[in-house]
Amino acid sequence: MVDIATTARRKIIKGIDLKYQPGFSQITWFCIVVLYAPIAVLVLFSFNENRSVTVWTQFSLDWYVKAWENEGIQHAALVSLEVAFVAMVISTILATMAALVTTRTPPYRGMNIAVAVINQPLMVPEVVTAVATLIFFAIIKQATGISGIGYLIAAHTAFCIPFAYMPIRARLEDMDLSLEQAAADLYAPPFKVFRRVTLPLLMPGILAGAMLAFIVSLDDVIITLFVAGPGETTLPLYILGQIRRGVTPEINAVSTVFLGISVILVTFIFLFGKDKK
Amino acid sequence: MSTQTATAAIDIRETSKIYGRNRETGVVALDQVSLAIRDNEFFTLLGPSGCGKTTLLRLIAGFEQPTHGEILLFGEHLEGLPPYKRPVNTVFQHYALFPHMTVAENISFGLEMLDTPNTQISSTVKEVLGLVQMEHLANRKTDQLSGGQQQRVALARALAPKPKVLLLDEPLSALDFKLRKEMQVELKRLQNETGITFIFVTHDQEEALTMSDRVAVMRDGLILQVGNPREIYDRPAKRFVADFIGDINILKGRILSKNGAQATVKLNAGYQGTAGLPAETDSLGDEVSIAIRPEQLSFVSGAGPEHLSGSIQHISYFGSGFDYEIVMPTGETIMLQLQNRGAGDHAYTVGDRAHIAISENSMQILAD
Repeated sequence: MVDIATTARRKIIKGIDLKYQPGFSQITWFCIVVLYAPIAVLVLFSFNENRSVTVWTQFSLDWYVKAWENEGIQHAALVSLEVAFVAMVISTILATMAALVTTRTPPYRGMNIAVAVINQPLMVPEVVTAVATLIFFAIIKQATGISGIGYLIAAHTAFCIPFAYMPIRARLEDMDLSLEQAAADLYAPPFKVFRRVTLPLLMPGILAGAMLAFIVSLDDVIITLFVAGPGETTLPLYILGQIRRGVTPEINAVSTVFLGISVILVTFIFLFGKDKK
Repeated sequence: MSTQTATAAIDIRETSKIYGRNRETGVVALDQVSLAIRDNEFFTLLGPSGCGKTTLLRLIAGFEQPTHGEILLFGEHLEGLPPYKRPVNTVFQHYALFPHMTVAENISFGLEMLDTPNTQISSTVKEVLGLVQMEHLANRKTDQLSGGQQQRVALARALAPKPKVLLLDEPLSALDFKLRKEMQVELKRLQNETGITFIFVTHDQEEALTMSDRVAVMRDGLILQVGNPREIYDRPAKRFVADFIGDINILKGRILSKNGAQATVKLNAGYQGTAGLPAETDSLGDEVSIAIRPEQLSFVSGAGPEHLSGSIQHISYFGSGFDYEIVMPTGETIMLQLQNRGAGDHAYTVGDRAHIAISENSMQILAD
C-alpha cells in the first residue's frame, strides 16, 4: 500500500519538476554517438591485422610497430614536438604577461583594444592569417637571407598566445586582489608579492594555458601548411600527405597515439583548471 | 627626532579622497577629514556603507593615496610610502589568508619579508598563535579552518610583525552572532595585551559601543562626532548620530533659556526640563529636535504637568523587555522601553491611556 502511494507521488513529482526535461538524455546520447563513433572506428582499425581500414580481420599491433619504425613519421613527430614545445613556452610567457597587464593594472586607454589584438587569431579566418604570414615571412627572408624552423615556431607562437591567455586571464580574474594587497601590507615589495603569492596561485592557470597552447600547436594544419619549409613537415602534415596516397591502418595507429596525447593533456588541463577546494 | 608622549598614533589632517577628475564630477569619498587617534587606543570608525570609513582605512594602509591632506604615523609623514613600507598591518574583511600556505606559513610571511632571523620567526609565530589560541592548528591549510578560526589566523598574521597600528576592516561581519560576541571580547583583550593601537571599521553600532575607547561616527565622507561610547550614545551631537546609534525618540520643542552646555526646554507635548546642548548651536532655530532614549522613559500612575501622556498604540515583546509605542495628543509617537521583570509588571494593553515620566538629565538637543 505504502509503496503504491510512494510510486504514484513520484510520478506526480516528476511531472511537475522543472528540472525534468523529456527527451534530453536521448538527444545527448545521439550527439555523443555522432561525435565519437568515427573516432572509435579509427582507434579500432588501428589494431586491425589487415591492410584495410574498413574490414576487420584480427587484432594486431603490427601497424604501431610499422609506424614507430617509419622514419618519415619519426621525423615529423620530432618536428611537431619541437615546434609545439618552443611555441608553448614563449606563448605562455607572453600570455602571462599580457594577462597580468590586463587584469592587475588600473584600466588605461586602449586596454580593450589590446585585449582584442591579443585575441585576434581567434577571430580572423585561419587561411587569411596563413597567407598573410606566408607573404610577410617571404619578405623577411628576402631581406635578411635567414631561413629555418624559426619562422614556423614564430607563426605557431603567435596563434598560441590567445589560447594560453584565456585560462590565465580567467584565473587572475577569479583571484581576489585582496590577497596581493595582504602580501603588500605584510611588507612584501611588488616582486616578492608576485613570486610568493600571485605566481603560485596563478600556476594552475599557467599550466592549463601552456597545455592548451601545446595542443593547438600540435594540431595545426593550415598555417603550418603555408609556412613550413622543406624538412619541416609536422605530424598533421605528414598524415595529410599520406592520406592522399590511400589510407592504411598505419595512419590510424599514428592518429590514435596523437589522440592519446591530446586526451592526456586535456585531462591535465581539466584537473589543473579546477580549484583544489 | 624624538617622539613626544603627546604624539598621536595616527594624525589625519584635512584629508580628502576624490574618485574621478574633480569634486564636481567625481565622487567625494572623504571630505577634508581631520582626526587624531591616540597611542594604545581602541578607535572605531562607525558609519553606514559608503560613509568613507573603509576609504580612510585604505588611505592609512597605503592602498589608496589621498587627493588632498596628509596622514602622519607617530609624527612621520606617510605620503608616497607604498603599503609594504608602512609599519601598519590590516585584518581584511574576508581575511585574505594565503590559500597555498599553512597557518604557520601565513603568520610568518610578514616576518620573513622583514628579514627576521628564523629562530625569532618561529618563536613569534608560536607566541601569536598562543595569543589567539590556535597553537594546535599551526600546520593546517587555511581552507580547512572554520570562519572563526580563519578570523583568528588573520589576526595573528597581522599582529606577528608587531605593527605600530593595526587596521581592522569589518573583520567580524562574516561571523554568526555568538561567534561575533566572542570575538568582540577577544579583540578587546588582544588590544589590551599587545598595547597596539587598533583602528576598527564597522557599521554595527553595538560592536562599536562595546569595544571602543573612542568612536568616530561618519557619514558622506565627513566625521560627525568623535567621543567615547557614552558620549556618543547619551549625548549625540547630531540627528544622524542619534538615529544611527540605538533606538531613540526625537521630539519637537522650544529652548526657553540657555545655561552653558545645558538648556531649559519645553516639549510641544508638554514636558519641561533641562537638556544637553550640542557644541554647535548656530544652526538651531526656534523649534529644536530633542532626543530621548526609550529606556529613559517610564510609566507613572497619575497625570501631571511634568509628565507626558498618550494612548498605547502598539506593544512588542523582545524577550528581555517590551517596547511600547504611545501616540501623544501632538500626533508625535514616542517609544518607551521596559525591562522584563516578570509577570504582573506591565498591566497595560493596546488602547490604554498612559502617563510617562522622563528620567532626569536624559534629554539632548540635536543639531541637524
